[in-house]
Amino acid sequence: MDRHSELHRRERRRYVIGYGGSLLLTLAMFGAAHWFGIETRGVYLTIGLLGLAQLIVQLVYFLHIDRRRSSREDLDLVLFSTLVLLIIIGGTVWILGNLAMRMHMPVM
Amino acid sequence: MKPAPTHSYPGLNLGRGRPGAHKATEVVTFGFWVFLMSDLVYFGLMFGVYITMIDAQAGGPGPHELFDLYSIFAQTLILLTSSLTVGLAMLALKYDLPRGRIVLWFAVTLLLGLSFLFLEIRDFMSMADKGGIPQRSGFLSALYGLVPLHGLHVAAGCVWLVVLGIQLRVMGMTDLVVSRMVRLALFWHFLDLIWIGIITIVYFGGLTYG
Repeated sequence: MDRHSELHRRERRRYVIGYGGSLLLTLAMFGAAHWFGIETRGVYLTIGLLGLAQLIVQLVYFLHIDRRRSSREDLDLVLFSTLVLLIIIGGTVWILGNLAMRMHMPVM
Repeated sequence: MKPAPTHSYPGLNLGRGRPGAHKATEVVTFGFWVFLMSDLVYFGLMFGVYITMIDAQAGGPGPHELFDLYSIFAQTLILLTSSLTVGLAMLALKYDLPRGRIVLWFAVTLLLGLSFLFLEIRDFMSMADKGGIPQRSGFLSALYGLVPLHGLHVAAGCVWLVVLGIQLRVMGMTDLVVSRMVRLALFWHFLDLIWIGIITIVYFGGLTYG
């Protein structure tokens, strides 16, 4: 019974850490946009990285996907889907951006 | 012989506390995870369309006129908190806390989901008031194709919560109902991940490049 509640405490702490981390990253994101102005590319790069960090925090602490051994390959599936996504999004932006440039349309 | 893996599907594993539910859940939950990943690819396509459409404003209202970051901030906090409460509901389930606790956390989640939808719909209405309707420009079509798609998922999650509440009342805490709760929690966490993509790319990206 003691071990039971000990485990419970530990797993609850995991969720609270995930929540606190995500909260901090969210505040940093909106804070950066608020104080440094969103129009600067450097600020946007920072915001993008903060978003990526938050994705990872939530994957690890909420969805429990990490490098521990599991009987099914959850992480592999996430990584493969990410690869598919990068090909789809990167390819679309590349092809259409190139097209826009060749047709002398304004910035893409 | 290898020891049994401690972790057999994404999300919080119920483990030894509920052996029946754990076994029934493993295969279906992995299948559900495959579905979520294909859903992710669908969202990815919509993100791709949005990124290429960001300049196609055709003289219509753009991100600077339409986006209300205060409302987006509130929606972000609400959705993040609901992700925590759904996790707490799963913990209550795993560690056999009284059923009232489980229902309480799911009810808080439902409430947060509904307030998220309320704020989002209010945003869409104020955007429409400023002339930001889907048929105005390619940018707005892409925006309305992506953000409400996420909203629709949240709405489906809310319906799912209500249905589960009814099933819990009618069928009791059976292995089947428990296993459905596991998948609901996974779905809900997934929606929060998509939302982070939306604030980063749609809202902040739109304001930077639009």
